[in-house]
Amino acid sequence: MVVDVTSALDAKIPGGPIADKWDKHRFDMPLVAPPNRRKFDVIVIGTGLAGAGAAATLGELGYRVKVFTYHDSPRRAHSISAQGGINAAKNYRNDGDSVFRLFYDTIKGGDYRSREANVFRLAQVSTEIIDQATAQGVPFAREYGGLLANRSFGGVQVERTFYARGQTGQQLLLGAYQALARQIKAGTVESHNRSEMLEVVLVDGKAAGIVVRDLVTGEVTTHAAHAVVLATGGYSNVYFLSTNAKACNTTAIWRAYRKGALFANPCFTQIHPTCIPQSDEFQSKLTLMSESLRNDGRIWVPEEVGDGRGASEVSVDQRDYFLERRYPAFGNLVPRDVASRAAKKVVDEGRGVGPLANGVYLDFADAIARLGRPAIEERYGNLFEMYERITGEDPYVRPMRIYPAPHYTMGGLWVDYDLMTTIPGLYAVGEANFSDHGANRLGASALMQGLADGYFILPATVAAYLAGMLGQPGPSPDHPAFAEAARDVEERTTRLLETDGSRTVDWFHRELGKIVWEHCGMARSADGLRKALGEIPALREEFHADVKLLGGADTLNQSLEKAGRVADFFELAELMCRDALVREESCGGHFRVEHQTADGEALRNDEDFAFVSAWGWDGPGGEPTLTKEELEFENVSVKTRSYK
Amino acid sequence: MDLTLRVWRQQGPGVPGEFEEYRATGISEDASFLEMLDVVNDRLTLDGREPIAFDHDCREGICGSCGVMINGSPHGPQKGTATCQLHMRKFSDGDLIVVEPWRAAGFPIIKDLVVDRSALDRIIQAGGYIGADVGGAPDANLTLIPKDVAETAMDAAVCIGCGACVAACPNNAAQLFTAAKVSHLNLLPQGQPERWERVSAMVDEMERYFGSCTNHGECEAACPKSISIDFIALMNRDFIKAKWKNRALAARG
Repeated sequence: MVVDVTSALDAKIPGGPIADKWDKHRFDMPLVAPPNRRKFDVIVIGTGLAGAGAAATLGELGYRVKVFTYHDSPRRAHSISAQGGINAAKNYRNDGDSVFRLFYDTIKGGDYRSREANVFRLAQVSTEIIDQATAQGVPFAREYGGLLANRSFGGVQVERTFYARGQTGQQLLLGAYQALARQIKAGTVESHNRSEMLEVVLVDGKAAGIVVRDLVTGEVTTHAAHAVVLATGGYSNVYFLSTNAKACNTTAIWRAYRKGALFANPCFTQIHPTCIPQSDEFQSKLTLMSESLRNDGRIWVPEEVGDGRGASEVSVDQRDYFLERRYPAFGNLVPRDVASRAAKKVVDEGRGVGPLANGVYLDFADAIARLGRPAIEERYGNLFEMYERITGEDPYVRPMRIYPAPHYTMGGLWVDYDLMTTIPGLYAVGEANFSDHGANRLGASALMQGLADGYFILPATVAAYLAGMLGQPGPSPDHPAFAEAARDVEERTTRLLETDGSRTVDWFHRELGKIVWEHCGMARSADGLRKALGEIPALREEFHADVKLLGGADTLNQSLEKAGRVADFFELAELMCRDALVREESCGGHFRVEHQTADGEALRNDEDFAFVSAWGWDGPGGEPTLTKEELEFENVSVKTRSYK
Repeated sequence: MDLTLRVWRQQGPGVPGEFEEYRATGISEDASFLEMLDVVNDRLTLDGREPIAFDHDCREGICGSCGVMINGSPHGPQKGTATCQLHMRKFSDGDLIVVEPWRAAGFPIIKDLVVDRSALDRIIQAGGYIGADVGGAPDANLTLIPKDVAETAMDAAVCIGCGACVAACPNNAAQLFTAAKVSHLNLLPQGQPERWERVSAMVDEMERYFGSCTNHGECEAACPKSISIDFIALMNRDFIKAKWKNRALAARG
């Protein structure tokens, strides 16, 4: 049984009207004067938009920063894969956008499960991000007059998305990476590449540092700092097949959770509607086709169940443009959760397309006829090429085949308004925290949040924490807690290497993924979740008894890296299922089959579930404890989400 | 399909390596090249042989982590395609495929197919940025940038930093990588204040690790993003101008 702790979590939301909270808070927070900044060490883990942004900005401000990434270069972080764009409430299109509208769209898109004050701040900061990125030389798309161009994304009725072809994440990340490179050269930031954080170190209940394994030499080292920032991304790879890069993992935030940080809304995962369907058993990942394609592509399946004909043989009146039919107001641009479920429904009905009947069409024929092929090439050329390389089919001639795939995790470490976890001095930014997207993230909002956290919010709030430590001795790496944490890491490594079982890490990961996808994926039921809660621990035990790793601990050993990450995914998967079981409602990406309307829409229960579930670790084999942060909506009226 | 792989195996930096041959049977044509290596690695592991180490991550051709020589070509036979986006349908049943790491003095081998490309980071650190601290940026639409300028800057900015250009070059020059970043920033109005210093510093840093360009053009052919060597011409022009400008400043005392 879940122990329900009623002690309220304090999100430390500043008082006053919502539009003034951030400004007021910035004034109220203590500052660290420039000469004092170099007295403080800050560790940043991860070099995606949030991590590289935070590390570079803290370096610019004059703090002593150490940044760690398991990649060979900070530029490889998974933010680089984001395609479509970044939202900002600039209202450059004169189409009715505003900070309040971006705030409102994000709250509504998140199905009223996010924190108002955080989301409003995100919308406020969004405009500064575009200014900052442009100043850094990010080559955003332009109109002929030289002004910035915009496009539209799912779940909104304005054009507020800025983009750089289909490579917006790449260009924004390179901007942050270059800012970071500048600080590395200036000596304010020390960078550690091919270095994986494997433990958080606490001294007197506060974050004091980390344990890191050098992935080339295997050397385990400890690093002390006044504050530790986790910018380590999301955990969609728990499903094995997802749009995430292969190395994306939960280890950093999971280790923090095991040290006492609460984990919020683990079951809120986003299944992205437009990915290339799986083609065989050995597939290693699923590839996203940007949501921006839904601006010009029309989604359809044949009317008839089991219609095996090619797309061109199905006449228009024999096609079901199911999103346009069901959601006339938003059409093909409904939010991701809605689009994904609708696609699953038609495929489950037996109307799927492609060799395995596991996809729906995304068809550009009308757009090509209307705008001409060059216009489509300019907008989506690189995506079309990528599609052709993977499938061997030409999307200019045949409609793309797409199907939903795990993509983003709204859940993450619980943080307060200052982005601090429940461990003092330990921060979580970007996808690693839970705060802004509720139960469903809108397209082009992940880049916005990563950079808002990294460039603007964390550098301000971390100063307030550091200011309180002025004049006190900093954490010492000689404290026994460091040696103890390093010993734990080495023991875990040794245990994995000594198992000498009969199955590979990938085999276990794939099997785990199947369980989580089936029972905690696009549709969830109490029976299924209970079944998963039986199967996951059994498979986990088998993993620890029967996994086979070769090579040593003192060399580059990619199997060992994977094994450590998969071990943590096993524990996380269980927590996701528990969370999904407790949440007896459907909201956003969390769809409980028991809770739906007569026409299959999500049925939310605001009476009982307008809260953030924050889970606490209670030792190996212990039951995690649940603490609730009640969500209050003072600035938007909570309604049933409708995109009809 | 059934294949024979001849793969470079090397335990660590500075130790001798050698080719080993493996049979890769029953590979799906729809598999990517790296998925084929995944299958081989799983089989090697179960046979008690250490799997092949190779860098990879996004598998969407954008992170730049992956990259191996496939039958002597960086990223293999398909033009404009990174190793992770190369699919086995580009090969034939019964093929022998030779797989090697990037071969360049500037990229020391770490293990098997994994090389150290940190020299590319150091070129960026030398000047591949626009100095714009967070906080001081003007409104983004204050600077008008003609569409074709923005598009050309973007053509250069698409570089993924994989290092294929260096591996392809008979001189192991890193001109295309460096020129792509220099051009991206030097073409934009925001990049003008640091334009001359940037190109000097980046070229100087590049020359510490890599060979000289003698216009073979192999880099453009190997680039998974098909970045044009026109950018090298642009960089060279800026480099020469920068030297003259610096000399003029020096003469002024």
